[in-house]
Amino acid sequence: MAEFEEPEVLIKAAEKAYDAGYRKMDAYAPMPVDGLSHAIGDRKNYVSLMVLIGGLCGAAGGFGLLWWITCIAYAHNVAGRPFNSWPAYIPITFECTVLIASLTAVFGMFAMNRLPQPYHPVFNVPEFERASIDRFFLCIEADDPQFDAQQTRAFLEELDPLQVSDVEK
Amino acid sequence: MTIGDNPSKPLDISKIRAKLDGSKGPQYWKSLEEVAGSEEVQAFLEDEFPNRAPDWLDPVSRRTAFKVMAASLALAGVSACTKQPKELIVPYVRQPEDFLPGKPLFYATAMPMFGGAIGLLAESHLGRPTKIEGNPDHPGSLGATDHFAQASVLDLWDPDRSQTVTRYGDISNWVNFVAALSSARDVLALKNGEGLRILTETVNSPTVADLFKTIKENLPAVKWHVWEPAARNTVTRGAQLAFGRAVEPVYHFENADVIVSLDSDFFSHGPGHVRYARDWADQRRIRTNITHSPQPKQDRQEGYQAGPAAPLRNQAATHSEEDKSPSPHPAQVQAEGKPLSEADQNRMYVFENAPSITGGLADHRFIVKASQVGQIAQSLAAALGVAGVQAAQTGTPADAAIAMVAKDLQAHKGRCLVIAGDFQPPEVHALAHTMNQALGNAGKTVAYIESLDANPVDQVESLKELVGDMNGGKVDTLLILGGNPVYTVPADLDFAGAMKKVKLRMHLGAYDDETSLLCHWHVPEAHYLETWNDARGYDGTVTIMQPLIDPLYDGKTVAEVLTIVAGKPDQSAHELVKGYWQGRHNDDADFTPFWQTSLHDGIVKGTASTPVDLSAKAPGSIPPPVQGFEVVFRPDSSVWDGRFANNGWLQEMPKTITTLTWDNTVWVSPRTAEKLGVGNEDVVEIKASGRSVKGAIWVVPGHADESATIQLGYGRSRGGRLASGIGYNANAIRTSNALWVIGADLRKTGDSWRLASVQHTQTMEEREPIRIATLAEYKKNPMFVNESEPVVPQYLTLYPDYKYEGYKWGMSIDLDTCTGCGTCVIACQAENNIAVVGKIEVRKGRHMHWIRVDRYFHGNLDDPELYFQPVPCMMCENAPCELVCPVAATVHSGEGLNQMVYNRCVGTRYCSNNCPYKVRRFNFLLYSDWYTQSLYGVRNPDVTVRSRGVMEKCSYCVQRINSAKIEAEREERRVRDGEITPACAQACPTQAIVFGDINDPKSRVAQLKAQPRKYGLLQELSTRPRTSYLGRLTNPNSEIEKG
Amino acid sequence: MKIEEQEHVLPPPVDPGPDKVIGPGHDFVTVTEEISNVVLQPLKKTPKEWFGAFVVAFVVMQLLFISATWLFYKGVGVWGIMIPVAWGFAIVNFVWWIGIGHAGTLISAILLLLKQDWRTSINRFSEAMTLFAVACAGMFPVLHTGRPWLAYWLLPYPSSMWLWPQPRSPLIWDVFAVSTYATVSLLFWYVGLVPDLATMRDKAKTQWQKVIFGMLCLGWRGSARHWSRYQMAYLLLGGLATPLVVSVHTVVSFDFAISIVPGWHTTIFPPYFVAGAIYSGFAMVLSLAIPARKWFNLEDLITKRHLECCAKLMLGTGLIVAYGYSMEAFISWYSGDIYERFMYWNRITGPYGVCYALLITCNIALPQLLWIRKLRLNVKFLFFMSLVVNCGMWLERFVIVIVSLHRDFLPSSWGIYIPTKWDWATLAGTVGFFLTMMLLFMRTLPAISIFEVREVLHHLEKEESPGLEVVS
Repeated sequence: MAEFEEPEVLIKAAEKAYDAGYRKMDAYAPMPVDGLSHAIGDRKNYVSLMVLIGGLCGAAGGFGLLWWITCIAYAHNVAGRPFNSWPAYIPITFECTVLIASLTAVFGMFAMNRLPQPYHPVFNVPEFERASIDRFFLCIEADDPQFDAQQTRAFLEELDPLQVSDVEK
Repeated sequence: MTIGDNPSKPLDISKIRAKLDGSKGPQYWKSLEEVAGSEEVQAFLEDEFPNRAPDWLDPVSRRTAFKVMAASLALAGVSACTKQPKELIVPYVRQPEDFLPGKPLFYATAMPMFGGAIGLLAESHLGRPTKIEGNPDHPGSLGATDHFAQASVLDLWDPDRSQTVTRYGDISNWVNFVAALSSARDVLALKNGEGLRILTETVNSPTVADLFKTIKENLPAVKWHVWEPAARNTVTRGAQLAFGRAVEPVYHFENADVIVSLDSDFFSHGPGHVRYARDWADQRRIRTNITHSPQPKQDRQEGYQAGPAAPLRNQAATHSEEDKSPSPHPAQVQAEGKPLSEADQNRMYVFENAPSITGGLADHRFIVKASQVGQIAQSLAAALGVAGVQAAQTGTPADAAIAMVAKDLQAHKGRCLVIAGDFQPPEVHALAHTMNQALGNAGKTVAYIESLDANPVDQVESLKELVGDMNGGKVDTLLILGGNPVYTVPADLDFAGAMKKVKLRMHLGAYDDETSLLCHWHVPEAHYLETWNDARGYDGTVTIMQPLIDPLYDGKTVAEVLTIVAGKPDQSAHELVKGYWQGRHNDDADFTPFWQTSLHDGIVKGTASTPVDLSAKAPGSIPPPVQGFEVVFRPDSSVWDGRFANNGWLQEMPKTITTLTWDNTVWVSPRTAEKLGVGNEDVVEIKASGRSVKGAIWVVPGHADESATIQLGYGRSRGGRLASGIGYNANAIRTSNALWVIGADLRKTGDSWRLASVQHTQTMEEREPIRIATLAEYKKNPMFVNESEPVVPQYLTLYPDYKYEGYKWGMSIDLDTCTGCGTCVIACQAENNIAVVGKIEVRKGRHMHWIRVDRYFHGNLDDPELYFQPVPCMMCENAPCELVCPVAATVHSGEGLNQMVYNRCVGTRYCSNNCPYKVRRFNFLLYSDWYTQSLYGVRNPDVTVRSRGVMEKCSYCVQRINSAKIEAEREERRVRDGEITPACAQACPTQAIVFGDINDPKSRVAQLKAQPRKYGLLQELSTRPRTSYLGRLTNPNSEIEKG
Repeated sequence: MKIEEQEHVLPPPVDPGPDKVIGPGHDFVTVTEEISNVVLQPLKKTPKEWFGAFVVAFVVMQLLFISATWLFYKGVGVWGIMIPVAWGFAIVNFVWWIGIGHAGTLISAILLLLKQDWRTSINRFSEAMTLFAVACAGMFPVLHTGRPWLAYWLLPYPSSMWLWPQPRSPLIWDVFAVSTYATVSLLFWYVGLVPDLATMRDKAKTQWQKVIFGMLCLGWRGSARHWSRYQMAYLLLGGLATPLVVSVHTVVSFDFAISIVPGWHTTIFPPYFVAGAIYSGFAMVLSLAIPARKWFNLEDLITKRHLECCAKLMLGTGLIVAYGYSMEAFISWYSGDIYERFMYWNRITGPYGVCYALLITCNIALPQLLWIRKLRLNVKFLFFMSLVVNCGMWLERFVIVIVSLHRDFLPSSWGIYIPTKWDWATLAGTVGFFLTMMLLFMRTLPAISIFEVREVLHHLEKEESPGLEVVS
């Protein structure tokens, strides 16, 4: 695992690593860095699709519930209004949409990130403490087909990092 | 201290109750005596009437107070008492074998009041009298009542009633009392009863009258005095003056086209006032046969079916064979009635100093000081050519009008009526009699019958004599049967002082009051619903009053006490009354059927007095008007002379003119208030003939200047938890020679007394909740009511209607015949278990009445017109309240009822905010009394008792609707028109409120809704109210321009 | 090497003035240090002002519990409400608090979409403000029901009686709107916190702090993949929260607009309620930010620029509100409806005329001073103005709720509403609750979003020294 001082450097490093054919790797930064995930070859992001589906379910569920209540489950003549007074259901339908969409966004995101995950090998690297403060890391994982302790280390050294360290499993 | 403050006492209560539960039947008295010995009981007696201002707000202190009550109930052994009386009583509508749980029985009886009696039907649920209705067969009622009768049932269950015989304040019992009384009597009997005096209120019971006759025979020297603070003494005096005989005038408003009231408020009191209101209304009512269509028909869209909320079973019942016909919308109903051109109604002139409901209905109201009415009478008599009467000037606009009034009267000879007020001096009555004679009304619009009063003496003289004799030591034994003279007797006589000189003082009274405090013996008086008696109605008709329940506290009647005096053996009221009537029949063969039918019908046939033919002569002179400032005494419209002071319903009933509750006030005109530099709630001191009293001002537009009106019945020092601590005692400045009006000075004190009014805004604020037109204008434009607020056409509303296939309930209120008497308010309260909230809460605007009577002053501040408008729930078809209820606690029924589901209500109060009529009421605190055992008795089992945090409102008496529907269903027919009457409509003396099925084109309500005068309150909001109003008409004399 | 060993001095907290969002001399380490210090510094280092404020707030908060207890025991009758004014302080306060909440969401969501750099330092605690404000607001609908123990009947749940709510009622809309709003605000806030919690975990000095923050941050390790999903989710949340925040106060305004009460039944309500909400929200942000930046020496992170932006927004929304008022007045006259006309005339000249005058002074007249830049940059003045506007907005709700109700259609049912001591106690109590919560938050969680400040810092560096690009 290599430690860097600037995000740009990290990106370059990541790209190099990718070009070198490394696939199973990950980069760590104390803040979002544009293009970093792209650099390490993470091309797709399903969050938005998930949220869209959630939202639609919310809308359908919300309106459906109200319609069912007022037309079937508990139909009453209320203030001379028809059972299905749909204009009155719009606000709730909207709220349900937002509610379900937001929930999917957040919990879906955590789920895809496999969080919560209190333990992870990278934490064994003492310097990694600064990954949440001011340092940027590139980590090539052992189960990468191309991985070889010496070569990989050598490869990382070329990317002029502050230092390179091994991650204990 | 109250027992509640002391934790140890409640245990004692249970001990006693245990004692009592053990004892039954014959040993009852014995055991009560034993109990009575114990100290606990002494404690109860001291604390029986915690003398404090009503504090319903705080359940805690209430609970403590009621622990005491509950205890004293246990004492009288009635904790679970709903026994039917042992003697046979006859139900009005059903035979006793019909006695089904949940099915009320009705018993005919009567309530003695105003020296007469009004025939009633008392509703009994499993032996509990819960509600009073009028007796349709009784001439004085015709099915209607007044608010006193409606509220009287609460008095029966009043936890503060006096509950045992007391001797020197200690518990005693009837046996001991009888012993004491008869020994006293025997001693006095040696001197023919010399020194034995009996003081009663006005008596019109044949049985009692008969007993007095026997007493007179046995003990000729016994003197019978009569005193009632608001008796109709002047009426009999007036008759004496005019005819030389104490006769009673009976009026026939149904024949009167022109009515002149000389300060007579005949709509609100007097033995015949309920009947009079009905007769007047029948003359007043206008039905026009032109049809108006509130909604353009062609725009109506196809409607929905009423939802599952519609009670299908009853729906089915409505589609039975005879009425397959599609029910037309009222708009298509052809209104019944006369053609417009023939529309006509009576005309009323009222001369008075303070606005009254009669004055409010007048076509011409003239404001004169009460003491000037005599001169008005003189001038009118003179103008009518009554011999030996000179016109007199009052210096008011009224003088100018006299001629026109006289002209109008003469134009209607034999079809007009001149009435003198009950509280005007005898001379004015005499003048009225002469005028009626001159106008040939005698026998047509007014008849004279023998006085209802069994002892028609001059009550003031009678009282003076008694007091004189007491001071002179001529009285050994004083028997006060009913009434509360210590409180009610005018101050100048100092009754209490004189009474102390009497060796033996005995009191029969409903409450442990000011009088009983000063008496050696006190006997609880039986309520009219729990004992036997008889009484005469306004026209002399006798009603035999039967009890619905055993006396709760073993109360006694006047008759029962008098038998002892008569030297007869102790007899029950039943024996006495039955005995009297039996005595007037030859044998049981004709007595038994007579007795049965009389009890059943509630009237004794053929007892109506026959009119006598008399000729009146004018009085020599009339008392001069009060120079300077006059103070006028009037009985209070809610508590009368103080006898209802502990009745929460009446105390909280807004007084029609002031909309005040819980207090009496000093009424003055705006001008007078300005002069005195006072406003509402400012306390003034009234000084009259050396005495003075302090009361709070209420400025009453339309009151005479230089004049103040004060009400009797308040400022009680004793007599129940509600009675004392409110108002001021007007008797303190009343004098025996000026009972009704007195010269006095008013002085601002600088203090103020908080008053609880339910209506703060007196005017209509350029809105038109009430639509008014003169008869002439109406003939020109019969649709006048729909001009200020046009009906919203159906095509403007977004949604199509619901269709109401089965019943379609609706109500119509005729503002033209509503007298604003407020009977509907109390009737509703009694029927629907509506809570009393107390003065503090009323001040906050939290009173609970489901129907209210709005009162508006209109026009000139000093001489305004007065309008009344009863406002129940409008049952809007597009109910704004329903739309905003988050939990569907208020929804529409398939018959168009706007229903309130108490147990679903969470109390967001949004519905009330969104109700443009503000007819919804909210239980901000726990208002219903869940603690007082005796009050459980008065509750209507068909209506939920609401809890804290729940909204409530008028339901059109849905419990009555459903019972009628179930009945109809059983008989496979549609509910007939008039079969369902909500409490308000049933009690209404003028039948201004009519309820029914709008889908039935023949129903009265459909007919009324087709009248051109029909309009919906705030109808331009498109709430489509089911309760509609008929615009008010006035019939002014074109020759008199209103100033 | 480890940070602890490294000796580094925090730059002095100087306010860089109205055009900079971060003070001079900051790098990743120092901002992290400065912000996390507030939380991690030992208790005795906590500024005295904080303790003072906390004690006061905590005591005042007790009023809430006392008055609520009394209310539950006696019933809503302990308040001044009556017929016709069946809604009193409870609803006024509800609307007021909900409004205050809005600024938080607006800042974090809308400004996020608008990519406003000055958002970063204030978004975190304005989100917290939203949460606690909504909590205060949420109490009132429950407290004000006649039978609070049954308030849950407003929720659509399959009851044994198979009864359901009545969704035509705006109150049900409220239930959904407010609960959704609360939930989404919470999510937004927490999601924002996660990376910073990781930072706290790594900076924590004691074991138990490490454990707690470790748990809270869900083991966040700043992986690039995580970041990308994280950013997408955060952006979408912002996108969802934006219409939500608008809808919430719209729905609240429907409580009134849907009814037929003159003064409530108005189509202008939704927009000007939302504007009013943001108005009061920014006022509250200022009232909180100004003391906070002082006590915790954050002047270089919450700079005059932030304050001025808030002030400008106050001015803007204030003008919208002013337009709302004038439209209300105009329409009530133009409609020719006697009830509407009377209603407005009664607002100005009726028994509550004073409230109206005060309302105009606080919400319309005084804020015009914000046109003057000098005043906008005067921190003390801003603080004062923020309090004025908060009062003004409370008065606005008072005027709308009570003054409209107390005289509606039938003169016979008009009345006067007088709040009782319990009304006031409840209001004060919620303020105490709100402040207590805010103070606890500021002391225990990073009140400023560290990672976003880093981002901003990075962007600024790039702008200042383009040389960096060359290096790589």
